[in-house]
Amino acid sequence: MEKFNKVVSTAVPMPIEDIDTDQIIPARFLKATNRDGFGDNLFRDWRYVKGDEPKKDFVLNDSTYSGEILVAGRNFGCGSSREHAAWSLYDYGFKVVVSSFFADIFKGNALNNGLLPVQVSEEFLQELLATVKANPSTEITVDLPSQTISFDGKSDSFEVNSYKKECLLNGYDDIDYLVSIKNEIEAYEASSTVI
Amino acid sequence: MGKTLFDKVWDAHVVKSLEGGIDVLYIDRHLIHEVTSPQAFAELENRGLELFRKDQIVATPDHNVPTKDQHLPIQEALSKHQVDTLLANCEKHDVTLYGLGHPFQGIVHVIGPELGITLPGRTMVCGDSHTSTHGAFGAIAFGIGTSQVAQVMATQCLMQSRPKTMRITIDGELNKGVYAKDIILYIISKLTAAGGTGYFVEYAGSAIRSLSMEARMTVCNMSIEMGARGGMIAPDETTFEYIKGREFAPKGDDWDKAVDYWKTLYSDEGASFDKEYNFPAEDIEPMITYGTNPGMGIKITANIPEKLGEGGQDSFQKSLKYMGFDAGESLLGKPIDYVFIGSCTNSRIEDLRIVADYVKGKKKADNVNAMIVPGSKQVEKQAIAEGLDKILAEAGFELREPGCSACLGMNEDKVPAGAYCVSTSNRNFEGRQGPGARTLLASPLVAAVTAIEGKIVNISEHLN
Repeated sequence: MEKFNKVVSTAVPMPIEDIDTDQIIPARFLKATNRDGFGDNLFRDWRYVKGDEPKKDFVLNDSTYSGEILVAGRNFGCGSSREHAAWSLYDYGFKVVVSSFFADIFKGNALNNGLLPVQVSEEFLQELLATVKANPSTEITVDLPSQTISFDGKSDSFEVNSYKKECLLNGYDDIDYLVSIKNEIEAYEASSTVI
Repeated sequence: MGKTLFDKVWDAHVVKSLEGGIDVLYIDRHLIHEVTSPQAFAELENRGLELFRKDQIVATPDHNVPTKDQHLPIQEALSKHQVDTLLANCEKHDVTLYGLGHPFQGIVHVIGPELGITLPGRTMVCGDSHTSTHGAFGAIAFGIGTSQVAQVMATQCLMQSRPKTMRITIDGELNKGVYAKDIILYIISKLTAAGGTGYFVEYAGSAIRSLSMEARMTVCNMSIEMGARGGMIAPDETTFEYIKGREFAPKGDDWDKAVDYWKTLYSDEGASFDKEYNFPAEDIEPMITYGTNPGMGIKITANIPEKLGEGGQDSFQKSLKYMGFDAGESLLGKPIDYVFIGSCTNSRIEDLRIVADYVKGKKKADNVNAMIVPGSKQVEKQAIAEGLDKILAEAGFELREPGCSACLGMNEDKVPAGAYCVSTSNRNFEGRQGPGARTLLASPLVAAVTAIEGKIVNISEHLN
């Protein structure tokens, strides 16, 4: 996993609530057996009509907006557990998703792939969306060490588990740690009374 | 203070607790399938790691398999490659695999319970969000991403922060024509698609206790649709009766020991939950969804709301536009093009019996394409043994072979753009059953009645 420290970027606004992972990456694009190239099909059915004709009114096809930060409505990433959703956002070029609420499994998948979910208050989210829409060149700073997101002199803090934060800052995965405690896992197995 | 069922099972699986509230949680059983496992096997190989406990993994292809002519090679090249990759990985790493044609093959969440792999008090995971199904046995079961699939393969453990607990109690007697699917659609309509996020749910109360194991699985299956990590029900005699004698269930002395342990798995008197809800069973009627998330459900005779209770009016309007419905209107009389009966939510033998029982001697409406996909080879075999296949065929339903099928439209089984499908599956997201497809979630009975009538009706008027 790549290290994450700080992102300073413009943002792409997507003020839609309950964006599920089927929208982020439809099931028919889950047939690959590797992790590459999912960004091409990110938001496929919102992005294209009749297969590959870009839908003009969809924000990813609007050159006004670009950047490494996606700003979306509440309950982002609900539905299917497909990690392909995190892979496709990351592969497309997003490093941060800002929302007022994230679905659990998506949040975990994002953190396991160096994509930072930044949960802010609904009020802050609406302010950020309005600002980006009014001025697409607004620069937003997401700083992991201080756990803050700021733009135009406004700032909000966000939660991130202390262990997960260390992983992101250093580019470690859970698997590295779990493999390192195999002796303890074996000791647990020997003592477990679960059938 | 007493412990909840969830606490008892979770605490029994904590290998160690870390600072920051993260537990290293031991996983007893791991189910894998062709879609979310190939990158995990690759990850292990890249890191030079072996499977830690291969005997605690069971594999089956389900998401991306054809539901016709499964004895023939898979036609679609990418699907074939994905299924072949699962076969090759399982062979290489010596993992038990129930491949196409095997008498145990089927949807992971159907075969786990029917083979006795799912047991009370166990922790179970799968790279699929509907793993919550197995909670019906009093197991802690939840869906994970592919990175976590690799972690469990390598260490049989996951790093998890402990979710909050919620109890949903439904007391009373269920109305005629109301099934488990109606219960869970009702609950989600009350809590919304995000109402359970951060929680692990226990379902309790006399109405839940009265359900069969298959019905309990339907309830727990859709816990994720309100955002909950999982749902569970305390095991009881109904549970033990279901498990006894199954392929991998404990036998002899082990059985007695197991039952003694399982009987300790319930929420103690006085155990406290972070959140509690109570609903009277009598308030639940046959349900259907009108929108593009499972929280957008109504009683089949009710009107679509004028607006959503809180915020999100743009999303509400977007949803109605996609579905081609108007705020405030009734769904009764709306013609339907497809009926899909299947998925890990409703593809078990009791579901097929409900449908067969209703459609016996009737014919489906000409405007409806009716597809019925059993959850496993064992369900299919049982349906044929009971003659359900003939009843369904005479009514114009096509009984296909096991798989996830049109629930997610990964294979050829799709609903065309713009068409309406009453589906017993679990998600009505935009494009879920195919690009542009419009899904209305409902119970097997509602689906059966809709197929015969060709439109949405008040099913109560059609029951004897």
